[in-house]
Amino acid sequence: MVKKIKKLKGLGLQVIPFSEVQELSISQRVKKILNIVLGNRIVILHGRLRPEEEARLIEDTMALVDHVKNFKGIELAVIEPNPRSMGFFLKMKHGIARKLVGNNTALTIIGPATVIKEIKRDPKKLELMLR
Amino acid sequence: MFKLLKKFSARVFGGLFRKRESLKIGFYGPPNGGKTTLANRICKDWTGEEIGTVSGVPHETRKVQIKEKVEIDYKGKILTFKMIDTPGIATKIDYENFLKFGMKKRNAKKRAKEATQGIIEAIQWLDDMDAVIVVLDSTQNPYSQVNITIIGNLVARKIPVLVVGNKIDLKKADVKKIVNAFPEYDVVGISAKEGKRMDDFYESLFALSKKV
Repeated sequence: MVKKIKKLKGLGLQVIPFSEVQELSISQRVKKILNIVLGNRIVILHGRLRPEEEARLIEDTMALVDHVKNFKGIELAVIEPNPRSMGFFLKMKHGIARKLVGNNTALTIIGPATVIKEIKRDPKKLELMLR
Repeated sequence: MFKLLKKFSARVFGGLFRKRESLKIGFYGPPNGGKTTLANRICKDWTGEEIGTVSGVPHETRKVQIKEKVEIDYKGKILTFKMIDTPGIATKIDYENFLKFGMKKRNAKKRAKEATQGIIEAIQWLDDMDAVIVVLDSTQNPYSQVNITIIGNLVARKIPVLVVGNKIDLKKADVKKIVNAFPEYDVVGISAKEGKRMDDFYESLFALSKKV
């Protein structure tokens, strides 16, 4: 018997380079991300949001859950090199790069909770489980 | 001259003590970590009455709950603070999850709506905290983005943090995992429900208050 595999309708990925959001304010950055997520797409942001931006993202997400039908929220994860496993010079190089161009050594993945079942994360790997 | 000195000392020391009196300690963390259970344990130990209700259903606390004055008199040391118990922070809320606990659809939807508002309220309270106790379920993976976001925001605001690994009475509990995930912070493993290792917690709480 052949088992039917359900297709994920309209699943899409959108990569945002750090340069595209660098000049934006917190509100604009969060709005841009949420607009993509509301279109049922997964955002891969080159770089990471600052903690206060992540908090704002959660706040705005919750406001949307309240107002947008069938929107249940987001899944969010950041992968970045572990500085503890880096040597001194590599750590310094990353530190200088971060000062000059911001933290774009990381990748931030944000997607609609209804599309992403779970983002499992441990220090060595990241698993994206889709519905 | 004497009046001047008196005024000066009142301003300096009075200011210090005023700050001490209004010390605000918040309880933050993901849903179902045991924030209210721990807050209740402290309140019962030192004030005789609880701060809120607890249940196995996530998002039981959907509004910020405040206990204006909690005074802990522990081994001759006194700590007075305002306790702020906040709703669990999450990135998603699905009312269907509440149906699994036997809740009716209408009540589940209402609970989900209140939970979203509670999360917004909890985040908005962050700026008002003097110190924060982050309560994590030690049976769960600590590397969740919500945990990292909460602690990241506290660090960005320069708010002292104490991480609590709760539910050590459960078999799957692994406080070491939390210690490895957050090596820069003081981590204490307790069971708020069973009252296990509360002495360690109070020691850490006094140490936290000194960082303010």
